[in-house]
Amino acid sequence: MSELTRRQFLKVTGTSLVGSSLALMGFSPGVALAEVREYKLARASETRNTCPYCSVACGILMYSLGDRAKNAESNIFHIEGDPDHPVNRGTLCPKGAGLVDFIHSESRLKYPEYRAAGSDKWQRISWDDALDRIAKLMKADRDANFVPKNADGLTVNRWLTTGMLAASASSNEVGYLTHKVARSLGLLAFDNQARV
Amino acid sequence: MTNHWVDIKNADLVLIMGGNAAEAHPCGFKWVTEAKAHNKAKLIVVDPRFTRSASVADVYAPIRTGTDIVFLGGLINYLLTHDKIQREYVINYTDLPFLVKDEFTFTDGIYSGYNAEKHSYDKSSWDYQKGDDGFVKTDPTLTDPRCVYNLLKQHYTRYTLEMVERVCGTPQDKVQQIWDMIASTATPDRAMTIMYALGWTQHSVGSQMIRTGAMVQLLLGNIGVSGGGMNALRGHSNIQGLTDLGLMSNLLTGYMTLPGEKEQDYDAYIAARAQKPLRANQFSYWQNYGKFFVSFMKSWWGDAATAENHWAFDYLPKLDKQYDMLQAFELMNQGKMNGYICQGFNPLAAAPNKAKLGTSFAQLKFLVIIDPLATETSEFWKNYGVHNDVDSAKIQTEVFRLPTTCFAEEDGSLTNSSRWLQWHWKGANPPGEARSDLEIMAGLFTRMRTLYQKDGGAFPDPILKLSWPYAQPANPTAEELAKEYNGKALKDVTDPKDATKVIRKAGEQVAGFAELRDDGSTACGCWIFAGSWGPNGNAMARRDNADPTGIGNTLNWAWSWPANRRVMYNRASCDPSGKPFNPVRKLVAWNGTAWGGADVPDFKADEDPANGMGPFIMNPEGVARFFAKGGLVEGPFPEHYEPFETPLAANPLSPNQPQALNNPAARVFKEDREAFGKADKFPHVATTYRLTEHFHYWTKHVRLNAITQPEQFVEIGAALADELGIGNGSRVRVSSNRGHIEAVAMVTKRIKPLMIEGKKVHTVGMPIHWGFLGVAKPGYLTNTLTPFVGDANTNTPEFKSFLVKVEKA
Repeated sequence: MSELTRRQFLKVTGTSLVGSSLALMGFSPGVALAEVREYKLARASETRNTCPYCSVACGILMYSLGDRAKNAESNIFHIEGDPDHPVNRGTLCPKGAGLVDFIHSESRLKYPEYRAAGSDKWQRISWDDALDRIAKLMKADRDANFVPKNADGLTVNRWLTTGMLAASASSNEVGYLTHKVARSLGLLAFDNQARV
Repeated sequence: MTNHWVDIKNADLVLIMGGNAAEAHPCGFKWVTEAKAHNKAKLIVVDPRFTRSASVADVYAPIRTGTDIVFLGGLINYLLTHDKIQREYVINYTDLPFLVKDEFTFTDGIYSGYNAEKHSYDKSSWDYQKGDDGFVKTDPTLTDPRCVYNLLKQHYTRYTLEMVERVCGTPQDKVQQIWDMIASTATPDRAMTIMYALGWTQHSVGSQMIRTGAMVQLLLGNIGVSGGGMNALRGHSNIQGLTDLGLMSNLLTGYMTLPGEKEQDYDAYIAARAQKPLRANQFSYWQNYGKFFVSFMKSWWGDAATAENHWAFDYLPKLDKQYDMLQAFELMNQGKMNGYICQGFNPLAAAPNKAKLGTSFAQLKFLVIIDPLATETSEFWKNYGVHNDVDSAKIQTEVFRLPTTCFAEEDGSLTNSSRWLQWHWKGANPPGEARSDLEIMAGLFTRMRTLYQKDGGAFPDPILKLSWPYAQPANPTAEELAKEYNGKALKDVTDPKDATKVIRKAGEQVAGFAELRDDGSTACGCWIFAGSWGPNGNAMARRDNADPTGIGNTLNWAWSWPANRRVMYNRASCDPSGKPFNPVRKLVAWNGTAWGGADVPDFKADEDPANGMGPFIMNPEGVARFFAKGGLVEGPFPEHYEPFETPLAANPLSPNQPQALNNPAARVFKEDREAFGKADKFPHVATTYRLTEHFHYWTKHVRLNAITQPEQFVEIGAALADELGIGNGSRVRVSSNRGHIEAVAMVTKRIKPLMIEGKKVHTVGMPIHWGFLGVAKPGYLTNTLTPFVGDANTNTPEFKSFLVKVEKA
């Protein structure tokens, strides 16, 4: 009986109640057990990252379907604590434990949008239209209100009528580039979340 | 943090005050548990609420919100009068022996030099006495009545045990018990760590609360030692990094500062920051300011930054005042701003007084939102019933909303509270057409540059000449930018002691800030990050968690600024001869020829301790300051002032001086002062807080978190609930002078009324996490209630103490 193929096994178990207890009695076919559904994790790609919430910066492991080939779209379906990380040692808190739902939140923005003056709704626009329009608005405001010298004739080269708040969970590289761009324009009303 | 998360395990005593790590930083809090379990550490929690941190504390004490300076000032008084201080430490490593100018005075809560009309001080008397040699005068015997030790002692005589109970509401026996426990760490073999967060920063006297904590730690010799330190538990994953990179109104990268408009002379600008030592043979490391600054300017403006144009000094905007977030919204409210960009920031929820914010945004011509999530700010113009009752037709602001990647969809580094820069990797593409912030900022910049090239315009030079060496100008990579902030040699850099010896060849990444020069031969975007991507590659991506000494420093895991150092001021863990105060927890030591050990020494590597160089190398004195000189706006010693909305009519510390009721140096705009409420109409003290299941205003967009804490509530003590007839789970209305919210009442025993100046004061807890967007139940933005005033130094809003009225809805 132990040499039963999977097909024969199903046939036996399917035809009688007696058959269904064969497995319990130790007559289960090896091949059938080997075909128990594989864990998704086993064919997932693992990526190391850090939690974007608080400043403990727990190490996390992100598991995605797809083998990172150019034509395979990765989709992250599971996140857990990185056991090698010296601070969190594999643990996550109730915030970090929900991270995969952040990535797939229905509130994620997907397309550039525009709200016209006085309107009560968004309209979708292209990246080029959005960035072109913003750049023009910024330049017009800068050219109209840039202060090269103050009332005492001192060189000040500042632009006070446009301001910016920078992110607190964006990377150092984003922060660095953002600062470089903002100051080159002459912005002073420029802060980040550390102010709060 | 002066220390780091894992180092908390080395503490003998942990004080959590102004924070709630168990709920807000749970995986960091595990190191407190570790200290308790394996180092026999005790935990003290002082908080208006009996938090989950308190629930595992050895001692918990309640305190009225906003009064921590009284509690800790009393402790300073106790430590000094009972001589429970680490004497060898304070005499050698702090300014206690320094003499202060005779003109410096303090009367009825006000320091010398006050201008009541301007709410500011002339700080010229707040300084040390100097000798003919230009060095400070000192009295190592601590007997001179003008030495900092005696002034400090005098200042805190009013801060008695009785005063603490009167102002803070904490029972005297609890206070004494905690003070005794803390005093036990004055011996070199015991260390206490202080962990704090927004519970200290979000007050109008927040900076001074933190200073008071730091002064306690200095008296006890707990700074620079393993298991000690002042440990700020920062709120966001890269709030540390963004600050390090200078994204604040007045900063440049690496804590360099923008010039003020009166600083027209480049050499004077540098000289004011490259301070000369105030005592013989001090390192005074900011003397290298010119090297950091020139390398920074070379990094941004490349060949356009030359010795002749003072490295493009005039390309930098110059300040006439602070343009912090509150100032910006005030200008906006007055109609003086036209454009605003919010990158990953939701100020309609995160800044104070929602009504004012809404009217401010409505005055803009354009608002740009750059975010992975649909924030309330992005829809400030849209009507959401009671939660955002606006008329869209009347709001003329053009709004753009640009979708970005989130952490999982990009490469890059974040800097945590421990100052570790950790690299992370992209795991998937973003949804839809979302782009990285790098691509968006580059897209905006390159478009503006093109417009200025084509059409000219106001002062185009800093834009046209901005160094932009990226392979894809419209989409720079994280690697390119990380290499840029680390810095590189532009020409061969030679050894200052031997000009024939090249220590760094042109084009190579620098290994650290010691290689930077002020002659234009090096570029470095952020000097404190030099070494993060050195000649050996990306140190931030290192993953060796080995800890050979067992002290928890893991020097090969990621990279820590500055110079991969894990515990700041670690030279102070040794006695003046260079021997560790506590041989059991050795960080560094002098071996006769060099400093070394389990950490990167925070000191000149080959400096013989016999020469007397102090361990606080960034200060021109070489020592730590109790007397802040002009460093803070409201005074050299922390003094208690009541929150701007206080249940008291007078400051119990200075009852006869109305100017000393609230912070006398705070900047309060006229309309905001008028919008403050008084205790007769708003009798309850409110404090905002965070839940362990939620992160600010993000996780209401996250299904799992929205399920675990779905609905807005207000935490009310059982005594107040009884007084008002409010049942657990019923709905309440909470109003301040600026607006009202309605929410479910959660009646608990965690908040108890306190007796303050003979009067019963109730505290109400206000979790902040709800709003009109997301997958959780819609709620009110809590900042509908909060006052528009900040700490006098940082302008961090006073979210932790304000007045409300609670009633049945």
